[in-house]
Amino acid sequence: MNTRGLRSQLKDSVPVTGMGPQVGAYGVQDTLRSGFSSVKNELLPSHALELSEKNFQLNQDKINFSNLRNIQGLHAPLKLQMEYRAARQIQRLPFLQSSHLALDTLKGNDESISFEGILNDPAQSEMMGEPHVMVEYKLGMM
Amino acid sequence: MALSNVVETPASGFNFENVSRNVALEGLLEGGHTKAPKPMKTGTTIAGIVCKDGVVLGADTRATSGEVVADKMCAKIHYISPNMYCCGAGTAADTEKTTDLLSSNLTIFSMNSGRNPRVVMAVNILQDMLFRYRGQIGASLILGGVDCTGNHLYTVGPYGSIDNVPYLAMGSGDLAALGILEDRFKPNMELEEAKQLVRDAIHSGIMSDLGSGNNIDICVITKQGVDYIRPYQESEYKDKRQRRYKYRPGTTSILTEKIVPLELEVVQETVQRMDTA
Repeated sequence: MNTRGLRSQLKDSVPVTGMGPQVGAYGVQDTLRSGFSSVKNELLPSHALELSEKNFQLNQDKINFSNLRNIQGLHAPLKLQMEYRAARQIQRLPFLQSSHLALDTLKGNDESISFEGILNDPAQSEMMGEPHVMVEYKLGMM
Repeated sequence: MALSNVVETPASGFNFENVSRNVALEGLLEGGHTKAPKPMKTGTTIAGIVCKDGVVLGADTRATSGEVVADKMCAKIHYISPNMYCCGAGTAADTEKTTDLLSSNLTIFSMNSGRNPRVVMAVNILQDMLFRYRGQIGASLILGGVDCTGNHLYTVGPYGSIDNVPYLAMGSGDLAALGILEDRFKPNMELEEAKQLVRDAIHSGIMSDLGSGNNIDICVITKQGVDYIRPYQESEYKDKRQRRYKYRPGTTSILTEKIVPLELEVVQETVQRMDTA
């Protein structure tokens, strides 16, 4: 049941920091890449579900790991997170398609279908990123 | 063409990029006489009862889009698994997609474990999914099925509420249907009597509610199998088309015709044997 942790997701129209502007190199918004900034667009989520969907998987993991820690002790979430970290590193460069097979198997996503698998499939994405820019962003050099 | 402002691959799942644009567009349209098109709803009567040998589900077949009947023979009883069927009321696309997803998940599960899924499992999956989206998915469902623990009938609301009762009605015509069910329901009814009761409940929903109409579908689920009777009863108010509205071949005259043969030459031919054993 996904009823725990509901409080953290009940932020309807309160300004939140999850939608902050993308900070560029000098701590200000990078106008060249992300366009002009607008307070309304950044502070308030436009759709009720936008924020909760953005953080859904993270929140689920947090809830599950804290449950596991309370039941079985600290070692259980530690071991699982170590495995997740190892599996997350098995991927191609950011502009190529990676299958995330190990990570999916660990999380159990290979045995279930949700809207993540149907809508907005990255393999069918119409936009392609510039390879150098994407790798620089991933390595934190941008 | 590679874009240099894309720094990450877009996340899969729902995309909220156009929400503010849509809100602005709707604001512009309100001033004029045009309106944004309404999604197709199933404004419906659906009902279900648990009887002695199994579960009987019933539904009407009208789908409306605003004030217009969009579909006169809409199928509202969706297949979930060989032992479970689900009636859906609310936005037509939402009920279809949600039941499709549920059915796929249960198929994967039954292939992995080698068992027929239980009704409680389907209900829990639905509840988690609908609660996660806080009611934005407008699907009110009646799920009925027979499994190793018995005959079950559940209702799942759009916000994720569930209820386990012997008889149910949902949709815009549910009050009328529930009146009939409350009056004549008895526990452990015979199959024929149960079918007649569901048919009467849907009929009263069709008569009293504008959003329900046309034919009645019935689905009987028992331990032996499923009997999906579509339509169980056709409506008396069928209209007859006066003329044929399709164009005959040759209606549009061909003025000129030019045929250009495409010359291809076979460069290489490889034959690969397929193992069809």
